[in-house]
Amino acid sequence: MLSVSGLTKNFEDLTVMEGFDLTVPRGGFTTLIGPSGCGKSTLFDILTGVFPRDGGRISWLGEDVPDLMSNAAYMQQKDLLLPWLSLIDNALLPAKIAGIDENNSREKASALFGRLGLHDFEKYIPQKVSGGMRQRCALVRTLMFEHELVLLDEPLSSLDAITRRSLQALLLLLQSEFNKTILMITHDIEEALLLSDELLVMTPMPMQVRERFVLEMPKPRRSSNPELLKIKEHVLEELEGDLNDTI
Amino acid sequence: MIRSNWISLLIFLAVIAVWEFACGWFSIPDFILPAPTGVIKTTIGKASLLLPHAGVTALEIIMGIVLSLLVAVPIATVMFAFPSMERALSPFLVASQAVPVFALAPLLVIWLGYGLASKVLMAAIIIFFPITVSLLEGYKNCDREYAVFFGLMGAGFWKKLRLLYWPWALPYFFSGLKVGVTVATIGAVIGEWVGAQRGLGYLMIQANARLQVSLVFAAILWLSVMGLAMWVFVGFLEKKVIYWR
Repeated sequence: MLSVSGLTKNFEDLTVMEGFDLTVPRGGFTTLIGPSGCGKSTLFDILTGVFPRDGGRISWLGEDVPDLMSNAAYMQQKDLLLPWLSLIDNALLPAKIAGIDENNSREKASALFGRLGLHDFEKYIPQKVSGGMRQRCALVRTLMFEHELVLLDEPLSSLDAITRRSLQALLLLLQSEFNKTILMITHDIEEALLLSDELLVMTPMPMQVRERFVLEMPKPRRSSNPELLKIKEHVLEELEGDLNDTI
Repeated sequence: MIRSNWISLLIFLAVIAVWEFACGWFSIPDFILPAPTGVIKTTIGKASLLLPHAGVTALEIIMGIVLSLLVAVPIATVMFAFPSMERALSPFLVASQAVPVFALAPLLVIWLGYGLASKVLMAAIIIFFPITVSLLEGYKNCDREYAVFFGLMGAGFWKKLRLLYWPWALPYFFSGLKVGVTVATIGAVIGEWVGAQRGLGYLMIQANARLQVSLVFAAILWLSVMGLAMWVFVGFLEKKVIYWR
């Protein structure tokens, strides 16, 4: 289980979060959704150790950790593929940096490439393939981290609707087949509802959990599910309310 | 691209034609300004004289490039790795460029003699600055998100340097190298002017003293061709190395 308690972060006069609490059950898929600039990405930056926190605790599997840098795989909107490496070599980077045996890793990455429909593109450089393929490659790289915890920061937001839908199915694989514990940030309510076990709606800064939805419907889900539509409507109203308050 | 090549060629041919025409029209003597045809005739006719000297200058330039690379790459890397070193070395780097190479040449000849060493060092000094500055700039321009991501993968500085910063900086490095190789001839030739027994600079001084201006022009032509050839070679190398662009 990932547990964050009493997390506090200030940027000079700006309090981004104060006493923020969050729990992600082991093997669960939790999504954070909230108004732009509420501090979601800052939370990830704190969790990954990019920014130091001013207070609070982070624990993973019951142990307090300074940050999740060595415990979590990370995938974001920008695929961050190196343009000079082939797709397969990009996917192998975490293993290469960790000094893991390259032959085994290559075999594993190759199998994942096959699984994600990238088999014929292993040797291509990122520039030569589509955005969807690049993001799939980034997904393979995320799996190559061999960390149980995965942080996803709007991983699909730069993709078109069709590619996005096919990749949403692949994100589900992270949980169902690779037993990952997932914490995701997204702006897409529908995506959150289709993928998550738990949806947390955030307040504007200083960020707090405003509302929590436990989504017990089996996956894969349909966006036309009336229950999901009801939650979607409710969350949208809340977020629109925040936007109106800001304006 | 093809169109711009044609424009370059046309400009070049126009300048040559005007030059040739002016020399004939104004009956300018050869010891003042030889016509392009006279320069070409000398270049071909005196090839056996020019070639060995061109070879020496080329060797000085190439050795100068190698020497400056051996110094510039580690220095740029150290300056990037340790910001305190960058702050400490930057004033020296800038000061080194504020001193004209013409002023250094006599000293280098006194210290290192009339042989290759002083010219190699002259060329290296000229090339060193653009390579160091460009490479450092390239390292610094690495997208922060990539650097953070490498940190999340557990990469330390040297792994980041090898796998991220160096490839990232390569286009900048090649830009600096291109500037460097085109100005390298200046260093070598100035060194030869001040004190040498071989090289195109030495030949130019000798020919100038004998009013063999067409030979001076032939040497300049060789220098231009050498500079252009090195620029083209570095461009070719750049395309091969930075294949992803």
